[in-house]
Amino acid sequence: MSKTYYSPTHEYITVDGNVGYIGISDYAQHALGNVVYVDMPEEGDEIEAGEDFGAVESVKAASDLIAPVSGEVLEANEKLADNPRLINEDAMANWIIKVELSDLSQLDSLMDEEAYKAHCEAEK
Amino acid sequence: MVHRYFPHTSADIAEMLKRCGMESLDDLYSDVPDSLKLKRNYDLKPQMSEKVVRDFFEELAVKNQPLTCFAGAGFYDHYSPAVVQSILSRSEFLTAYTPYQPEISQGTLQYIFEYQSMMTQLTGMEVSNASMYDGTTAVAEAMLMAVAHARKRNRVLVSATVNPIYREVIDTYAHYHGVTVDTIPEKDGVTDVAVMEEMLNAGDVAGVIVATPNYYGILEDYTGFADKIHAAKALLIMTAPASALGVIRTPGEWGADIAAGEAQSLGMPLNFGGPYLGYMCCSKALIRKLPGRIVGATTDADGRRVFVLTLQAREQHIRRDKATSNICSNQGLMALYAAVYLSLMGAKGLREVNEISAAGAHYLAKRLVETGAFELKYPDKPFLNEFTVKFRGEVKLIDFMEVCTSCGCLPGVMLADDELLVCVTETRTREEIDRYIWRAETFSKATLPSFAENKNIND
Amino acid sequence: MNKKYYGKLIFELSRPGRQGYYLSKNGCDDALDSLPANLLRENAPELPEVDEPSVVRHYNNMSDNNFGVDTGFYPLGSCTMKYNPKINEEMASLPAFSILHPFQPSATVQGALEAYYELQKMLSEIGGMAEFTLNPYAGAHGELTGLMVIRAYHESRGDLKRTKVIVPDSAHGTNPASAAVAGLKVVEVKSLADGTVDVEALRALLDDTVAAVMMTNPNTVGIFEHNIPEIAEIVHECGALLYYDGANLNPLLGVARPGDMGFDVMHINLHKTFSTPHGGGGPGAGPVGVRAGLEKFLPNPRVVRRQPGGGDALFELDFGTEKGPNALGRISAWLGNFAVELKALAYILSLGADGLKMAGPLATLNANYVKECLRDLYLLPIDRVCKHEFVFDGLADKSTGVTTLNVAKRLLDYGFHAPTIYFPLLFHESLMIEPTETESKETLDEFIGVMREIAREAAEDPETVKAAPLETPIRKPDDTAAALNPVVTYAEL
Repeated sequence: MSKTYYSPTHEYITVDGNVGYIGISDYAQHALGNVVYVDMPEEGDEIEAGEDFGAVESVKAASDLIAPVSGEVLEANEKLADNPRLINEDAMANWIIKVELSDLSQLDSLMDEEAYKAHCEAEK
Repeated sequence: MVHRYFPHTSADIAEMLKRCGMESLDDLYSDVPDSLKLKRNYDLKPQMSEKVVRDFFEELAVKNQPLTCFAGAGFYDHYSPAVVQSILSRSEFLTAYTPYQPEISQGTLQYIFEYQSMMTQLTGMEVSNASMYDGTTAVAEAMLMAVAHARKRNRVLVSATVNPIYREVIDTYAHYHGVTVDTIPEKDGVTDVAVMEEMLNAGDVAGVIVATPNYYGILEDYTGFADKIHAAKALLIMTAPASALGVIRTPGEWGADIAAGEAQSLGMPLNFGGPYLGYMCCSKALIRKLPGRIVGATTDADGRRVFVLTLQAREQHIRRDKATSNICSNQGLMALYAAVYLSLMGAKGLREVNEISAAGAHYLAKRLVETGAFELKYPDKPFLNEFTVKFRGEVKLIDFMEVCTSCGCLPGVMLADDELLVCVTETRTREEIDRYIWRAETFSKATLPSFAENKNIND
Repeated sequence: MNKKYYGKLIFELSRPGRQGYYLSKNGCDDALDSLPANLLRENAPELPEVDEPSVVRHYNNMSDNNFGVDTGFYPLGSCTMKYNPKINEEMASLPAFSILHPFQPSATVQGALEAYYELQKMLSEIGGMAEFTLNPYAGAHGELTGLMVIRAYHESRGDLKRTKVIVPDSAHGTNPASAAVAGLKVVEVKSLADGTVDVEALRALLDDTVAAVMMTNPNTVGIFEHNIPEIAEIVHECGALLYYDGANLNPLLGVARPGDMGFDVMHINLHKTFSTPHGGGGPGAGPVGVRAGLEKFLPNPRVVRRQPGGGDALFELDFGTEKGPNALGRISAWLGNFAVELKALAYILSLGADGLKMAGPLATLNANYVKECLRDLYLLPIDRVCKHEFVFDGLADKSTGVTTLNVAKRLLDYGFHAPTIYFPLLFHESLMIEPTETESKETLDEFIGVMREIAREAAEDPETVKAAPLETPIRKPDDTAAALNPVVTYAEL
């Protein structure tokens, strides 16, 4: 059974066991506009909760990707290298990295969908 | 007061102040604490007429002594066609800002695109940025690029045969950026490949910097370097004077990942050190890590092919402290210089420049050795238009330098008490070269007064 | 400017066999063929083959699609696009300077060294500093050099824990980028509603890990940081140095000096305050000045003046103590963009003490005048006397849907350059206007008239404004396509 969590910096993580898929939320892709490039880590890299692990670029903006959890990168979504606009088409389906979580308890500090919606409302 | 650069009449000033609800120009600074105000004039002369400004510069000018240049060491006396200066002085180019508004900046954007295209042709690389300040900072930034690319490795190897001025700038940038720089020693004037391999094997290397021709003028054989460096997951950074790239094996052909260096040799005036032009080219895979401006082609609303600044999200005004570099301009007008120069010269002209320069340099080297006053420091190594000699005369090299200078000639750059780096470009005539040879021949045997009496030695 | 798009590339004019040069030979035997083949390139570079008249016409046609200060008014905030005097160009290209090789013996370049020394003395007087280096090539390069000077100073005292630099949230993007290149960690300090730095917030950030605080004064919203004496005091109390970003020095010419405000290190953009042309992005120059006591941290080489035995002055190059503990080392090949320095020298001589004294106040007058004449139609978020520039937060009437970008592009149709837009980041619709002292009241009135007309159009015919520009050589280039699939050379077209 997978479950999706959100960070205040608009990353999501969909977790299944100790494996998670991290991407940016639909709200974030809207705010950013046309995505032209995704800077991704490599397989085997370690990410640390609260630290940036890459960036999403549009024509005139760039947004750092902040890791919602710590862990090891299992895979970077190579489809995004060829076609970064997939993020605009469906941000939730087109995750950026697949990770193995090192500390499942870090999920407790993230938001569920409802809390995240409220968070976005407050930011508008 | 009235000044020719200020259009304001006193009536204008009065009317404008009134519109602002103020009585005097001082009121505009009511928010500046009185204690901070300068209550006197600057300790400078009063305004000068154009004539007096001109006199001021003429007075300085006569304190300089023009010399016939046989010095290189990274800065070369190539010919500058009249067309280039004429085009650079077009005020639409000269007085334009950075092309942030592409609709009214196609002139600038187009020449940068041409410049990028030409530099990739010269270096044999896939992409180029819109230029850097100069060769030294371009190579230093290439080092930062290699470190950014390598993420965790932050050691860079620099060959001992790289121009020491470049090395000093690299060291400064590295020190503050937290990069470790190690020297690959030289052996008989070229990079010691065996030691480089050991250093690579020690690990942690992000990039290796080598030069062609190297500081001593030698064309090093870099066969196998790229494979060894890439096997260590490091990047090969190669620097070369742009003009020489018209004929020598290119960084691209050597398998370099980044080509960065000085393009002053494309006919730019020596100008006592600047402005020059740094170039920076790389493989397409590295384009996102390439610092500075990049111009790209696209289409406009009417379907026409047009040019824009692109990949701007890498740059400092968007990424701020996450940017690859803090550079926020390029060397705009000097990139135009390179584009116009290369348009005039073409591949054939650039080849001729190198042919004539190399012919002169090889002739001078041979004849200097024949005088008995000099010997080649690296007699077995190939060179293009710059070479290193050891002085064997009965007097000191520094005395020979002084005598040449007093005859209006700069005979080269001293690398050691008895070593001279000599360069010949296509601007040196046969007569100038022969006078140099004659001076070496005579002076190495003569005493100073008898030499100075000879009338036919001045350039 | 020609509104018809030229658009050809030099490569497209190329025909095999044409050439735009002729070179005299020196009569020496060919040497290239004797070099080992593997050291020479396999194929010639693909460069254009064009005759001289075609080259001249090509670039002149191209220049016709460019806007420059000599063509029209640039109300470009933070860029100080003032008139570039013609005499400067002529002085900078005097052969007695332009043919000098950097490695000529000092005795043969006394005029050049004296010019450098004179300019650094003048900038020291204007900045209220002890000494300037002219070696940095641009403003950003000056910032980087200045921060290196600051780090060298802390290192010399063995104070190695100072790794942070504090910058206001309104700072130019180069400040944090330069800090990062210099190996410093950036901490932002908030601005108050009036655009000035929040002194209490700054105080809370200051401790013994702070190397420097970078300030722009007047700041990027054009407001003078009147708390600067207090800021200097608390910064110095914590052992950090105060850095002055000289991007906005122009309005203070003749009025106040950074050195007197307590700044320790500063840079100046010669291409802004001292009228050297921007050249479409360079070459500029970013001299760095320091207060007394910090001179030894300036980069090599320095130009020093000696007067042996009270005789004639002699200028020499000082390379510092080789690898000594205090020497910053080299940040440029030689003495910076020397020809650009000559232009700035000609400008300072032309204006003189009396002319410079007027430059700042007239620039400030022009800015306040434009602000007062437009504030009813454009939203003025900070209502105070400004210095050389000010910021509107877009049109006052937000119901039209016309954005700052639309206004900027519409200005192009009316023959003006756009202001700086979407900077500073403090406001959503920033529109930053800087009219320099070389603009006449008539030009400003014309600009004001156009800005008012655009506001009227926005209310009555918003679609026209949104469709702008309509009359420029090209229209709405596709930036997204350019970034998605970068085509950056002719070979890729």
